Amino acid sequence: MMNAACEVCEFNTASDLKKLGGISGKYDYTIALAGNPNTGKSTVFNALTGLRQHTGNWPGKTVTRAEGSFSYRDKTFKLVDLPGTYSLMSDSEDEEVARDFVLFGKPDVTVVVVDAARLERNLSLVLQILEITTNTVLCLNLMDEARRHGIAIDLRTLSRDLEIPVIATSARSKEGISELITAIHTMATHGNTVKKHLLTDIPDDTGEAIEELTANLQRLDPDLPNTRWIALRLLENDQGIIRALQQGNTAPGLHSELDDILNKAKNYRSSLDGHYQDDIAEAMYSKAARLVKDSVSGNASQRAFRMDRAIDNIVTHRIWGFPIMFLLLGAVLWTTIIGANYPSQMLSTLLLDTLYPWLKNGAETLHFPWWLSGFLIDGVYLATAWVIAVMLPPMAIFFPLFTLLEDFGYLPRVAFNLDRVFKTSGAHGKQALTMSMGFGCNAAGVVATRIINSPREKLIAIITNNFSLCNGRWPTQILIATIFIGVLVPKPWSGTVSVLAVVGIVVLGIAFTFFTSWLLSRTLLKGKSSFFTLELPPYRPPKVWQTLYTSLIDRTLIVLWRAVIFAAPAGAVIWLISNMIIGDQSLALWLIHGLDPAGLFIGLNGVILLAYIVAIPANEIVIPTILMLTTMVIGTTTLGAGAGVLFEGSETEISALLQAGGWTTLTAVNLMLFSLLHNPCSTTIYTIYKETGSRKWTVVATLLPIVYGVLVCLAVTLIWHALS
Amino acid sequence: MKHLGLLQKGETAVISGILHNCPAEIRQRLLDLGFVKGTRVRIENISPLKDPVAYRIHHTQISLRREDASYIEIEINENEE
Repeated sequence: MMNAACEVCEFNTASDLKKLGGISGKYDYTIALAGNPNTGKSTVFNALTGLRQHTGNWPGKTVTRAEGSFSYRDKTFKLVDLPGTYSLMSDSEDEEVARDFVLFGKPDVTVVVVDAARLERNLSLVLQILEITTNTVLCLNLMDEARRHGIAIDLRTLSRDLEIPVIATSARSKEGISELITAIHTMATHGNTVKKHLLTDIPDDTGEAIEELTANLQRLDPDLPNTRWIALRLLENDQGIIRALQQGNTAPGLHSELDDILNKAKNYRSSLDGHYQDDIAEAMYSKAARLVKDSVSGNASQRAFRMDRAIDNIVTHRIWGFPIMFLLLGAVLWTTIIGANYPSQMLSTLLLDTLYPWLKNGAETLHFPWWLSGFLIDGVYLATAWVIAVMLPPMAIFFPLFTLLEDFGYLPRVAFNLDRVFKTSGAHGKQALTMSMGFGCNAAGVVATRIINSPREKLIAIITNNFSLCNGRWPTQILIATIFIGVLVPKPWSGTVSVLAVVGIVVLGIAFTFFTSWLLSRTLLKGKSSFFTLELPPYRPPKVWQTLYTSLIDRTLIVLWRAVIFAAPAGAVIWLISNMIIGDQSLALWLIHGLDPAGLFIGLNGVILLAYIVAIPANEIVIPTILMLTTMVIGTTTLGAGAGVLFEGSETEISALLQAGGWTTLTAVNLMLFSLLHNPCSTTIYTIYKETGSRKWTVVATLLPIVYGVLVCLAVTLIWHALS
Repeated sequence: MKHLGLLQKGETAVISGILHNCPAEIRQRLLDLGFVKGTRVRIENISPLKDPVAYRIHHTQISLRREDASYIEIEINENEE
């Protein structure tokens, strides 16, 4: 702890350390970063590269391979962050990525990040990697947590036993990072002279089989590295390794020799009768246990996790578990909705009430023609300003709140609580995690489905992710709930009722997630729920200020970026179609009148349908589009130059405008439903295509919600008319 | 002979192996997570709908569905609380 202040000081080793972030180029060395889930691997990655990859406290957060780089003492290092895995033995997607990179990517150094407080579990992966390569550095992370739990680790003994450098770090506070860099540098430039295998406790019959296959493989190809590991994998009938060997040995002589080896492996496999897998795993864990006994003092299991257990007893409680879950969801929504009000009004005053007239006056002074000032200021500028004023506050509040819950470690508990319900729907419990991600952004939720191993269950998770009401749709819900639903009750209650209406839509979305999962499991994606394992990681105190700060900056940048690339063109399109006159009316009016019969039939209207077509690129622009088009339809053009102009309005004005446009409570309710149940935005559709690689499933994921939306709106309209 | 699905809260057990009829993929996954012979295991937490169950094993909490836990053979350690 003494040198903690120096660790973070820029003048330490860091003076030689240049963080190159994600800049690509040629590198002197490639470094692989491996480790179990929940060991703070991504935090180590960030500390080394200076990138801000988001770190969350749930297994499988790094589902893609992240790459970054740094340079130290005139050498450049490429750092590859591999998905967190418990082992390199299984054939799941993430483990294959990690294994293939360590085995075939030939990294110069493999850094294994382990959780110091849970060394025994983590050492199993370390031992497997040491079977492949001894050019390994052990990064004993989360030392601060281990110390807090009263665990002491004798680094020298551990390093001597494993015969690799062992570096203690607390990546969150950058403690030990400079030593880690030095160790990586030394290992990269000198290599590890020790090439000993540590797995010695394997029973005789299994051991002999491994020896024999290893010798055979060496004869086949003397240059083949890691023959012992490959022998292990052949016994396991690992198809990926067999394919790689077959591709590497195509010459006729070698080919038949390889076939002999493969046959031998097959015979051993049947004579060892399945206990081979158990033998290896047992040897690994007993070795790990001995290593821990030698170097670790203090008992982690007794007192250290008392706090975790107390929290778990509450949040997964038989009776309170579910109410707490809904309460937290409600609290996050409530804080977002209520909290977004004030900054939204401030931004709206600044951008719409102050800046807009100023720009208009400026254009007039400079003698802009009416159509240019209309196009630029009333079209492009107003749409962009509107999106920023309405979108930024809720996102800037929701994301940090969600991130805090995520960092704390609550999300895996949600999956734990809900797995039974997902199982009944034929889906996977981890879908709870991807569903939660979807509340932020559906595209992110779709990418996160990679944590689900079964392809069938992954597809279900992808198709249903759109039923998580994403942040881009919240402002629509909030605005419509406030001006149409909130006003139905006495004023003191209107805020609460509006929030409840939005929560109702979110809960309905969750219901649709379960219903659709169930439906797909019985129709297009027949099958039963597969195997489920999930680690419940220890709770970790989130870094509140850092999270608030980085999420705020990140969100602001993302919203501004989206506003520029989606809202500005949309504003331009709306202005253009509103001012392009064909025959006796504008193109927009032709479209709206054409869509009106269908829209009114399902309790919406032509303006809303046209808005949803214009807003395919981004859900954020639905409301500004509706307002601009409604203004045009009822002909209030006093505010801007040309038709299709947005006005700078308070909620009362918006309400008056929409009512003038023929809106009723029914229209509002249906719009809220349709906002939940319609096609995903174009970014999400593209992500779905990339993840599934299938046009068929992309079309299903795109059209299914629209079918739901039309049917639900129609049903509500019919019932509404029957009742009134 | 007992399997992990039958373990009660408060009991501690030692794993004696994985049953023969366990599908290969599940067997490997269980072994990866440390459900190997000689390992001590106990119930840490039961989810509100009774399934899955979170087990404490190798100082971590791993949750399994009961049907999958039933592939794991155990011996219950009577002496410990």
